[in-house]
Amino acid sequence: MREVIESSLEKLLIDHVSPDRVLAAEESGWSRSLWDLLDESGFALAASPESLGGAGAGWDDLFGVMQLCGRYVLPLPLPEAILANWLLGVCGLEPREGSLSFASANDLSRNGASVSGTVKQIPWGRHVARIVAIVEEDSPTIVVLDTTQANRKNLTLNTAGEPRDDLIFNKQAPIVTAPLADGLDARVLQVGGAMIRSAQIAGALEALLGISSEFVNERVQFGRPIGKFQVVQHQLAVLAEHVAAARVSAQAAFAESSSDLATLQIMAAKICCTESASIGASVAHGVHGAIGFTHEHPLHLITRRLWSWRSEFGTATYWSDILGRSVCKAGADDYWPSITNGVLR
Amino acid sequence: MSIEQFTYCRIPDDAEKLREDVRSFLNDSLGDYPAIRRADSWMGFDAEFSRKLGAKGWVGMSLPREYGGADASAFSRYVVIEELLAAGAPVSAHWFSDRQSGPQIMRYGTPLQKEFHLPPICRGERYFCIGMSEPGSGSDLASIKSRARSDGNRWILNGQKVWTTNAHLAHYMIALVRSSDSDNRHGGMSQFIIDLTLPGISVRPIKDLTGREHFNEVFFDDVELSGDALIGEEGQGWEQVTAELAFERSGPERFLSSIALINTLIAVVGENPDKLQAKEIGRLTARLLTLRNMSLAVTAQLQEGRDPAWAASCVKDMGSVFEQEIPEIAQLLTEIRPAADGGCDHAQVLAYLTQQAPSFSLRGGTREILRGIIARGLGLR
Repeated sequence: MREVIESSLEKLLIDHVSPDRVLAAEESGWSRSLWDLLDESGFALAASPESLGGAGAGWDDLFGVMQLCGRYVLPLPLPEAILANWLLGVCGLEPREGSLSFASANDLSRNGASVSGTVKQIPWGRHVARIVAIVEEDSPTIVVLDTTQANRKNLTLNTAGEPRDDLIFNKQAPIVTAPLADGLDARVLQVGGAMIRSAQIAGALEALLGISSEFVNERVQFGRPIGKFQVVQHQLAVLAEHVAAARVSAQAAFAESSSDLATLQIMAAKICCTESASIGASVAHGVHGAIGFTHEHPLHLITRRLWSWRSEFGTATYWSDILGRSVCKAGADDYWPSITNGVLR
Repeated sequence: MSIEQFTYCRIPDDAEKLREDVRSFLNDSLGDYPAIRRADSWMGFDAEFSRKLGAKGWVGMSLPREYGGADASAFSRYVVIEELLAAGAPVSAHWFSDRQSGPQIMRYGTPLQKEFHLPPICRGERYFCIGMSEPGSGSDLASIKSRARSDGNRWILNGQKVWTTNAHLAHYMIALVRSSDSDNRHGGMSQFIIDLTLPGISVRPIKDLTGREHFNEVFFDDVELSGDALIGEEGQGWEQVTAELAFERSGPERFLSSIALINTLIAVVGENPDKLQAKEIGRLTARLLTLRNMSLAVTAQLQEGRDPAWAASCVKDMGSVFEQEIPEIAQLLTEIRPAADGGCDHAQVLAYLTQQAPSFSLRGGTREILRGIIARGLGLR
């Protein structure tokens, strides 16, 4: 299943997500024809159970999909829709067709059948039809909201020009609600968001390594390609190490996740991918020189996303703090066993 | 090379199930082994411990059964050695035999050499050291000058090795030396298995900056080697040593050298870390998990019989940076000062590993050499 999904998505991305198309999407905000293509192919339903009309793919199968979305800097919330539909499925709800996103933070409160409050930093919030959120009162509830019912919108763009919007609802009835499935933490969308961003960062970093290696082999100064200079070689070596670290950490996060997300591996992935994103962008711009600072050169399509994605769904500081506290609470004797189990007690 | 060599691979169940055995053995045999000794990581020498480990079947375990090994998978060996390293067990006596000399003899040795060396290696009784660097040849290994001159059916060896860990304690050295003239910079070299008790060999320990003696100078003065000291093919030494270095660089000892300090740090910080302590300990833990996942990807390469050299260089370079940063970070997080003598466990381990740290990026290849290998793999040279 993995190869089929990956190769059909990659073909679609190669055919339809060129740098020009990404730039155009940054201007227009939403590429409807591209979303329709993705929707028709059913990618957004990849992680929903087959019994509910999805493809039933596990997270292990979906690392490649998320990574491709990063590598081709897909300007649409496909990773978000896959995760949102997965969560609906785990909670026994049917996946939503049409454009879908989610937010990990909100201050929603319930009042009978309606909810009120702000759903924060929704990827593509202004454009999508539906959003998934978790109302955290006494017992966490998953809700699907119709974005046209939002009473107010606070519109924000991230560094890459991707919408990250707050939608404010005042006594609006969700389209559907259900109790959050047993065993799921109310933080599940934050953890899941960190997982998908890690894979997108890993994918974008692979693209970054590719174009940087190509550039230093082509650009001639002092009579030879700059890639022949040891100082440049060593910078690219460090970039390659970070690409490898991001890739393996994100892969581990997906491979160890099931209906239960592998929180420890995901925290590690988000922390390491964030660090790799920062170092990777710095090296790539360093070796590209002035041309890499132009709007014309496609480098910024990758680096501006790395600078955005690294701080979404928890910065490295946010996750390091949580991870560090759990480690200290468990104590030194449990330290190594947690590393080999991949689980913190 | 391809970045796809880094593909996450979970440890298979049959290897994973060794872990509990190794842990309980280490609990029993190390008991309350002090933190400062555990900080020695794979530099602690204890022949009795190595023999006990050999008796359990955990030395040379990847070698064939007919030579005393266990035909174990790369992952089984990985589980055993990472448990040994994480516990800070004194593994130095057999470490080099287990990691590289045994596999090197298995790969290039004659049946006689295998029969002679491999069973005692697997019993944890025969210790090797690695003769590579010379006074004028560090990173530029191909410039070595020690030379074995063919003389009938024997070889006469002259020259000098330096920075040879355990030469003062080991029984044999596998050395790279010149054996003929060649126009090719990488030609004319061969590897020899040298019995360190032979006449004409003298070993002089070199104190390191902590005052301890791990590495040595080794002098060869008309040392007479029998014909069967040659391992592999005459003139193929460079290719052989390159393969050996891939073993040398591929393991978890390249990022676990400072794990003892993470343990003492967590112990002194206690259950309620402040914001900075929590953040830094969390970050170190994330990097440790990721380096381990990268190392497992390298192990999968080894297991599938692929050349792990490029991926191993990535892990070693990143791992050394990590091991070296641990004391730097730890010293910022508490008011406990490093103590060379006296002080609590954490103070002692902090002082020791702060001083050991420079060695992490020189043993097994400097940063520059590793980054050069990585760049070559990227198609830049």
